[in-house]
Amino acid sequence: MTPNDNDRDHWLVRPRTITGLWIAFIVILALTVLGDFVFPPKGKFGVDGTISFYAWFGLVSCVALIIGPRLLGMILKRSDDYYGS
Amino acid sequence: MEVELAASANGIAVPPGLVLIAAGLLLTAARGRVRHAIVLAAPLLVLALVWMVPDEPSVSFAYLSYDLTLLRSDPLARVFGTVFAFMAFAGGLFALKQDRRAEMAAAYVYAGAAIGVVYAGDLVSVFIFWEIMAVASTMVIWLAGEGARAAGQRYIIIHLFGGVVLMAGIAWHVAATGSVAFDLLTASPAKWLILAGFLLNVGAPPLSAWLPDAYPSSSWSGMVFLSAFTTKTAVYVLLRGFAGESILIWIGLYMVFYGIIYAILENDMRRILAYSIVNQVGFMLTGIGIGTEMALNGTASHAFVHILYKALLLMSAGSVLFMTGKSKCTDLGGLFRTMPVTTICGIIGALSISAFPLTSGFIAKSMIAEGAIGEHMALVWFLLTAASAGVFLHAGIKFPWFVFFQKDSGLRPPDPPWTMQAAMVVLSAACIGLGVLPGPLYAMLPFPVDFVPYTGPHVISQLQLLLFSGLAFFLMLGWLRRTETITLDFDWLWRRWPEIASRWMVGIELSPAALTDRAVERVRQVMDHKYGPAGTLGRTWPTGIMAFWATVLLGAILIFYYFRVGIRSAGS
Repeated sequence: MTPNDNDRDHWLVRPRTITGLWIAFIVILALTVLGDFVFPPKGKFGVDGTISFYAWFGLVSCVALIIGPRLLGMILKRSDDYYGS
Repeated sequence: MEVELAASANGIAVPPGLVLIAAGLLLTAARGRVRHAIVLAAPLLVLALVWMVPDEPSVSFAYLSYDLTLLRSDPLARVFGTVFAFMAFAGGLFALKQDRRAEMAAAYVYAGAAIGVVYAGDLVSVFIFWEIMAVASTMVIWLAGEGARAAGQRYIIIHLFGGVVLMAGIAWHVAATGSVAFDLLTASPAKWLILAGFLLNVGAPPLSAWLPDAYPSSSWSGMVFLSAFTTKTAVYVLLRGFAGESILIWIGLYMVFYGIIYAILENDMRRILAYSIVNQVGFMLTGIGIGTEMALNGTASHAFVHILYKALLLMSAGSVLFMTGKSKCTDLGGLFRTMPVTTICGIIGALSISAFPLTSGFIAKSMIAEGAIGEHMALVWFLLTAASAGVFLHAGIKFPWFVFFQKDSGLRPPDPPWTMQAAMVVLSAACIGLGVLPGPLYAMLPFPVDFVPYTGPHVISQLQLLLFSGLAFFLMLGWLRRTETITLDFDWLWRRWPEIASRWMVGIELSPAALTDRAVERVRQVMDHKYGPAGTLGRTWPTGIMAFWATVLLGAILIFYYFRVGIRSAGS
C-alpha cells in the first residue's frame, strides 16, 4: 500500500465515519433542544424565552448571513489580482 | 524639567511600557542566546512590573507648563497591561524562528508603546506612544519584504492621518480646558476629533479597509503581534475616554456585521481572520457605547480573551503559512493529517472566538449582551445574538474547515518547529483555563462582577445557537465554496479610483510607476536644458560674448559709482 492510499483511507474522511458524525451531530442538536425543557430559558424580550428560540434564531441568522453576502458578492467580488500582484 | 518618581512604598514605580521599548531596542543588537533570553524574559519582567506598580499616578513630570503622567495605574490599565505583556511573551516565543530579526525588535517597541498608552495619564503621553506604535507597527509590516511595501505605505499614511486628527483634537481640548489629563472625554469640546482619531485605529467605518489590507501582508509571525495591539489599545482609550457614548453602539454593530460579511466572502485565511478582528472589536465598541458597568466589564474581558484566542488563531494560520507558503483556502485543505498540533490549537482558538462553553469566549462575551438586556436594548441584543451565530460561521467553522479539512489539497507539511508549537499550546491552555476558571479574570475587571456564566439555561442556549449555526454551515456548504476573489471595499477610493478618474478626465496614467517615470523624465529634461552639451551653463562660450558681458558689467559698476558720488555731493 502506498502512502497515498493510506491518506485516502484516513479514518476521519471515510464515508462511514462521516455518516456516523452526521448522526451524532443530529442527536446532539436534538439534545440541546430537549435541554430547554430541563433548563427553561429565561427570556428578557418575550420570544427569547420560548423553547428552541436559540436553535431557530441561530439557524435563520446564519442562513441570512450566507445568502446576504453571496448577493453582495455578486456586485463587490473581483478577481484577486484586481489591484495588481 | 523635574521628574518625580514616587516613593515606592506600595510597589515599584517603573513605567512597564518603557521597559519593553528598551528591550526592543536592545534586540536590534543582540544575537544568539542573549537575544533569546531578552525575547523571553523581557515580557515576563514587564508582566511582573504591571502587577507591582502602585495604583496612583506615580511617574510624572512638568513639561511646557503641563503635568505629564507616564504611569497611572488602576484596574482598567492593569487588565490591558497584563494581557499585552503576556501577549508579547507568547508572540516572542512564536516568532523566535523568524529569520528577519529586526521584526521582533520592532514588535517589542510596538508592544511597549501599546503598554505606554495604557499607563499614560495624560493626552500628550498618549499621543506620543500612539505615534510610536504607528511607526513601529509599520516596520513590522514592511519587514515582511517587498510584497508588503505598498500595503505598508497605505497603512502608515492612514495612521499618520489619524494621528494628525488626534493631535488636532488634543490641542483643541487642551486649549479649551487647560488640562491634559486623560479621563472621560465625552464632555470635551474637541470630543469628535479625538473620537475620530481613536476610531481610525479600531478599523471603524469608512476606513476599515486598512486592517485587512495591511495585516495579512505582514510575515507569518508579524500578524500575530499586529492583531493584538493597535485595535485593542484603541479599545482601551475608548473605554477610558468615551464610555457610554451611544454612537459607538451603532458603529460597533456596523463593524460586527461588516467583519462577518467580508470574512464570509474572503478566500485568504489570514484576511478572514483580519476581518474577524474588525468583527470582534465591533462587539467591544458596542459594549463601550452601552456604557454600564456590566457592559464595560464585558468589553474589558472580551478584549482580554480576544487577544489570546485571536493570536492563537493567527499562530495556527501563521504555522500553515510558514510550513506551506500558502494562504488561500483554495490552495489549502486536509492539513489535519500531518499538522495535528496546529489543527487542534486552531480549533481551540476557533471554539474560543465562538464562545463555546468551557472556552474563554464563553465567560467573557455574554457580558456585553447582558449589558444590552440591562438597558432594555432589544434591537441591539437581537443583533448581537445573530452576530454571535455569525462569528461561529465565519471564524469558528470556516477557518478550521477550509484550512485543515475540506478537500485534500495533497499538501503534507509537518507541524511547525517546537517553539511555534509551544506558543500555541500556551495560548490554548490560557483559552481553556480561563473558560473553566474565569475567577482570576473577573477579579481583574474594573468593576465588581455580577455575572455567573455557567448556568443551565446559558449553556443550553449557547450550545443551541452555535450548533444550529454549524448545521446551517454544513447544509449550505455549496454556497460557501471558495473562489479566487477579493471583495471591494472603501479602499477602492484610494487604490483604484484615482487611476480610473485621471485616465478618464485627462487621459494620463496616474499609477505610481507612471508618475515616477514622468518625474524622472522631467528632472532629466531640466538637467539637460541647463547642463547638457548645448545647455545654458554647460556649453562652451565664444570669447567675444565673454568680453561683451565683462564690458556690460564694468559699465554698470561705473554708472553705479557716478550715482553714489552724485548722492554724496548732494548730501554735503
